[in-house]
Amino acid sequence: MSMPDPFPLENIIDNFNGRVSVAANVTDMPCVVVSPKDLVALCLFLRDDQAFKFNFMADICGVDFYPNLPRYQLVYHLYSISLGWRLRIKCPLEDPPTAPTITHIWTTANWHEREAYDMFGIVFEDHPDLRRIYMWQEFEGWPMRRDFPLRGYKDKYNPFGAERPGAAPSITKGPIGDIL
Amino acid sequence: MTDVNIIHESNNEDGLSREVLMNLGPQHPSTHGVLRLLLQMDGEIVKRIEPHIGLLHRGTEKLCENFTYTQIFPLTDRLDYLCQPSNNLGYALAVEALLDIKAPERAQYIRVLMAELSRISGHLLITGALPMDVGAITTLLYTMRDREMIMDLMEMISGARMHTSFCRVGGVREDLPEGCTERIIEFCDIFEQRITDYEDLVGNNRVFLARVENVGNITGEDAIALGLSGPCLRASGVDWDIRRDAPYEIYDKLDFNVIVRNDGDCYDRWKCRVDEMYESLKMIRQCVDQMQPGPVLIADPKIAFPVNKDLLAHSMETQIHHFKLAAEGFKVPKGEVYTAIEAPKGELGFYIISDGTEKPFRVKIRAPSFVNLQALTDRTTNMKYLADVIAMIGSLDPVMKEVDK
Amino acid sequence: MGSLTDRYKDNVLFTTSDNIINWSRRSSLWPETFGIACCAIEMIAAGCARYDLDRFGVVFRPSPRQSDVMIIAGTVTKKMAPIIRRLYDQMPEPRYVIAMGTCAISGGVYNTYSVVQGSDLFVPVDVHVAGCPPRPDALLHGMVLLQEKISASRQSKQVPAQGSSQPPLTQPPATIKENV
Repeated sequence: MSMPDPFPLENIIDNFNGRVSVAANVTDMPCVVVSPKDLVALCLFLRDDQAFKFNFMADICGVDFYPNLPRYQLVYHLYSISLGWRLRIKCPLEDPPTAPTITHIWTTANWHEREAYDMFGIVFEDHPDLRRIYMWQEFEGWPMRRDFPLRGYKDKYNPFGAERPGAAPSITKGPIGDIL
Repeated sequence: MTDVNIIHESNNEDGLSREVLMNLGPQHPSTHGVLRLLLQMDGEIVKRIEPHIGLLHRGTEKLCENFTYTQIFPLTDRLDYLCQPSNNLGYALAVEALLDIKAPERAQYIRVLMAELSRISGHLLITGALPMDVGAITTLLYTMRDREMIMDLMEMISGARMHTSFCRVGGVREDLPEGCTERIIEFCDIFEQRITDYEDLVGNNRVFLARVENVGNITGEDAIALGLSGPCLRASGVDWDIRRDAPYEIYDKLDFNVIVRNDGDCYDRWKCRVDEMYESLKMIRQCVDQMQPGPVLIADPKIAFPVNKDLLAHSMETQIHHFKLAAEGFKVPKGEVYTAIEAPKGELGFYIISDGTEKPFRVKIRAPSFVNLQALTDRTTNMKYLADVIAMIGSLDPVMKEVDK
Repeated sequence: MGSLTDRYKDNVLFTTSDNIINWSRRSSLWPETFGIACCAIEMIAAGCARYDLDRFGVVFRPSPRQSDVMIIAGTVTKKMAPIIRRLYDQMPEPRYVIAMGTCAISGGVYNTYSVVQGSDLFVPVDVHVAGCPPRPDALLHGMVLLQEKISASRQSKQVPAQGSSQPPLTQPPATIKENV
């Protein structure tokens, strides 16, 4: 992405000294790394400060680095419509993953965080409506985690699935009725 | 159902509520695919909407981690199935950014040409489907007739009517066939008059206007907070188009206008798309005029197949490269990239993390329809009756395969 | 009808009535408008002006209670499968199912944790129309095949001739056997 003017990354570092660092090895856009407890403050600053005006939150992405640590990471992509800048924020999370919600900053984060919860099991504190969004509510397991098999576990609908670890299968209920 | 989040609030002293929870189920003529809505209704007035999606979730992102970079192209085709070359283009740009290469110029022109043709194709469906949702069924038959013309062109260029998978990393699969550019210009000449016909047929109709004007208004700030993009955002007065503001491929050489309207209601969103079709026609004509003969695939044998297939018969090295590419795929250096393009529905983004092998580590698809659909739940005014909800869904134009990935 | 056909062997009265009934059923197959994914676009294109389905007597009905055939067009997910089964159960007999597209036939390229590997795991399918997506001409061919299948079906139970080893023809099964 081409940036119109040089991005004042040092403004962010100065305002959050010690709590924010610049990610190495990222070449396509500026990228900062922040811990979950400073995430909300950083996002509020980026949205409201007149030098940045990041009013558009493009995407929230969860990543699983199993078996490396820290295992989980949340990646936020921001864009400033008036100034034309893009920024990436990375937030490493431990196991079990929890993060604060930013729904009160950008409304669009609501469904993105639900998707990260559904796919990775990342729990967002104070989220107004944290439920599964793609899979049905009684589904057990977090599909995008690297230790979840691609084909799922064997059941009536997908006989190619992996054998379930342990003795008895735990998912017996589908959205309506039995699936085993 | 355990996944219902609507709570009945009762104002009466005997604890009974007037309100009804109604299911606008996944099988419905006007939900644009498998979208399930739970509506909390007081008579005909809708108090609250809860969309249930995920009925078409197929695990595309997890499947991408197990496919090579070239094998993912058919998966991206099947995201927004009305405008496939746009999805291909977005993904190809992301991988090319990781590899730090650029496609040759003729390939860029062909990719933009197909992307704009597919933009017309995608907008044509909603130009016909929104009137069909509010009752004017004839329009869809007319717009599908024009989509057939575009599908003929797609079939002539790539061999398939719908899922074309025409882009490759480093260019396109093969050159345009003989006589194709004449057919494209012929299509542009016929089609320009037809858009005016649709506007006259439906756009000035009093009944249609009564159904879609001042329905589902979204202000500019609310639209940005909701993350809307594309025609949904531009109809609310925000002047942002990635093709003009951060141009990719050869968009900086094309001359076009960005359509912005101010009211943010269903009619404005519909009209934005109709007017964008005129601009796309302009761009297609410019592409055909400016295109020069040249290679259509990058000449790096470690990334792309050779364009001149005769070399395969004469050169052992070409054969070995070809075999390795087909059997294993090419390796992409470690890194990550987020590339966004202006797809017909909005900002389509691909975030790819590569770990140095021939399969990506993580592919995240930022689907515009997923974000646009959230406008049903929040921050939309003037959406009082059930009929308004139907018009609103039509104007947001969700494609459920993209919403559910 | 059943008590008569059990007592008498096949004769010209029943074959003629079969022909009339089969002709009326195959000439006005009313599908349910039930497009799930990309194949739905080709189904709509088949119903539109160029590949006209109306000349086959095919009129799309929105309600399952008024339709004869269900065209499952698109990928069936585990969350959606009970709903399709419920719609199938709501259709009055005689009812037929066309599985359109490779995703409906066998899951297609999506052998993942959330996709049903074939609609015949939960509804009985009469005709498979392969393709990804199948051209509208292929769907028309599938309709014609279904019409031929209906022409060959018999309402009466056939009594096999003396010494014949062939089993009698029966109608397509209306109930599904659960297969795990």
